[in-house]
Amino acid sequence: MASAAEVEAPADGLDQFRAEVRDWLAANFPRALRGKDNAMSAVDGPSDPTPEEEAWRKAMGDKGWGVPSWPKQYGGGGLTRADARVLQEEMAKAGAWNPIGGMGVMMFGPTLLEYGSEEQKQRYIPDIAAGNVRWCQGYSEPGAGSDLASLQMYAENKGDHYLVNGQKTWTSGGQWADMCFALVRADKTRKHEGISFLLIDMKAPGVEVKPIRLISGSSPFCETFFTDVRVPKANLVGREGEGWTIGKRLLQHERSSLSGGGGSAGRMLAGKPVSALAKEYRGTDEQGRIDDADLRMRIVRHEMDQRAFVATLRRAALEAKSNQGPSAATSIMKNVGARVTQDRAELGIEIMGMQGLGWEGEGFSEAELAQTRTWLWGKAVSIYGGSSEIQNNVIAKRILGMLDHQ
Amino acid sequence: MAVLNDEQVMLRDMAREWADNESPVAAFRRLRDAAPAEGYDAAAWSAIGAMGWGGIVVPEEFGGSAFGYLSLGLVVEQLGRNLAASPLASTGPAASAIAMGTSDAAKSEWLPRIATGEVVATLAVDERPIHNPAKLSAQVTDGKLSGTKMFVAEGDGAGLFVVAATDGLYLVAGDEGVTREHRHMADERSHADIVFADAPATRLGAPDLTQAIVDRATAVLCAEMLGMAEQAFAQTNDYLKTRVQFGQPLSSFQALQHRMARMFTELELMRSVTEAALEAIDAGRSDIDQAVSLAKATASDTLRLVTREMVQLHGGIGMTDEHDAGFYLKRAAVLEAMWGNAAYHRERFARLNGY
Repeated sequence: MASAAEVEAPADGLDQFRAEVRDWLAANFPRALRGKDNAMSAVDGPSDPTPEEEAWRKAMGDKGWGVPSWPKQYGGGGLTRADARVLQEEMAKAGAWNPIGGMGVMMFGPTLLEYGSEEQKQRYIPDIAAGNVRWCQGYSEPGAGSDLASLQMYAENKGDHYLVNGQKTWTSGGQWADMCFALVRADKTRKHEGISFLLIDMKAPGVEVKPIRLISGSSPFCETFFTDVRVPKANLVGREGEGWTIGKRLLQHERSSLSGGGGSAGRMLAGKPVSALAKEYRGTDEQGRIDDADLRMRIVRHEMDQRAFVATLRRAALEAKSNQGPSAATSIMKNVGARVTQDRAELGIEIMGMQGLGWEGEGFSEAELAQTRTWLWGKAVSIYGGSSEIQNNVIAKRILGMLDHQ
Repeated sequence: MAVLNDEQVMLRDMAREWADNESPVAAFRRLRDAAPAEGYDAAAWSAIGAMGWGGIVVPEEFGGSAFGYLSLGLVVEQLGRNLAASPLASTGPAASAIAMGTSDAAKSEWLPRIATGEVVATLAVDERPIHNPAKLSAQVTDGKLSGTKMFVAEGDGAGLFVVAATDGLYLVAGDEGVTREHRHMADERSHADIVFADAPATRLGAPDLTQAIVDRATAVLCAEMLGMAEQAFAQTNDYLKTRVQFGQPLSSFQALQHRMARMFTELELMRSVTEAALEAIDAGRSDIDQAVSLAKATASDTLRLVTREMVQLHGGIGMTDEHDAGFYLKRAAVLEAMWGNAAYHRERFARLNGY
């Protein structure tokens, strides 16, 4: 039996690279930033970087290690998967974090590398690799959510350019973005085949962004309005009408980056294990057990669910590495991750009682106020990136081979 | 599927082919109708012995292959898919009790004969209808064991009993001082109440060995449940594609698609925790108890869901004896209760974690 340790153990040839990474990190990662992760986020705005943070971003950008497996010619690291894993391990050991992130890295870059023209790759990829340009996603519209292909934003062919009119919504980080990758309709006569993939400058005349206030009080998403926006033909990715194919590929990158949630967030609630938080707020009985038998068993169910999820993430990763092909388990990750995340947040507000539902004020601790917002924001997890219902459709059709309704 | 080595891949494929062809559900149906006294398929057990599966957890020095519990689980999973009436899931952990025990004489006398399939061995632990290894009254005085064990799996045909007494684990061989009473259960498999009256007993170890062996038996049971759940689910999925109502195959109705997707999701989690428990045993980890409770609680819930849905989604045909759905349902209910149901293991998990 090949244990996890054996599978992940470095081959001898990697030792030299490991030493190189260590030396480079020692020379370039500012010690003051150890563990102070301040990466580019898809939904949060830019913070004012300290000089150290700025230097670290530039060093990683120049080296291409923010996107370790992207080709070197476009500013990536050009590393093999094994080397990239070594880099990740050594960064973790050094307390270093990747300052390059956001939607350009997670979704758009990999898609453009696959479908973009040589000119487009040279023009856009290096700025993503260096963390210079923020990208946002123009997919959903008010009338096109789960049924994304019914989108209406129109790109009228004007010879050397498109004239774009319409509205996008749920544009994550739209208020801070420099560029938008958007699905538009250049052909109104065909549904899926009428869709094209267009890159739009968010600073162009006619683009207007309006943040949406959510139930959690935050505004990570925007409505984005496009009125007579001129977009050069050079900004079309792939062919006209190929947008649906390209757009779906991008969603695969999105889903694989979303499914880690419940596992990476771990078992913590307000910085403590769920059971410890329950004992703190609810007390214990004479045998030292959480003093609410029903709550105690629901915490057990949640913990078991969380551990089963982590075991499945681990299994899927090992299966993928050992070349058994993509694991069928991958298809369940988004839904189980959402379930674990939401259950944990629900337990959090229940454990804290009224203290866990505060909106603001001195009477609530920071952790309690955060718990309210976390709980509310968490409701988005089973909706965005393909709702749980859409994921179930995908499992039924693609994995189980269930039939179409005639 | 866990990451397997070549040996394990071969073992799994061989077990799958053998169980599908030589021990399908139809064979279990014939066995039920014939109702042999030993309560298992003797011909199939000989074949299993000849293939060496009896020795998968037996050390090499005693004629076994010592492949380990993940390997035993792979085989038992394939047997579970086909509801094969085999005493392998009982014999394996009983062999571990001897191998991990303190009696060298017992090792050399019994382990080689277990490895070849000559002997069927089983565990006799519980003394009431609900699993509770903390409440035992069987006693050993001057090497003689007395007490009554209930619902002992393979109790009708076993030639060797690994018996839990208040002060630890013992081995009882042969029929001296042993009386068996068959308990005819809904799953139509072998279960018996065993009365031990001054039965000659060899000491194997202290109560912590009892718990270690029960954990092994539970993990293997989870593998059987995984195979059952897998097959019950696959058969239901196939049926929905063929059954037409309202001019449409049932498989095309979204209400059913989402129920199937939900079951598939739970099945994937069940596979992960079952394999993790078996791997924890092989790795000799310190948290085998937690891994096993996680696996059994999950396996019980998921097999319950899948077998109940199997009957419901088959409609009337699933209610008939002629169809196999009932076999899966009835066996599932017995295995849910065996070695502690989901509630038992959630409570144990809570205690182990100090909740």
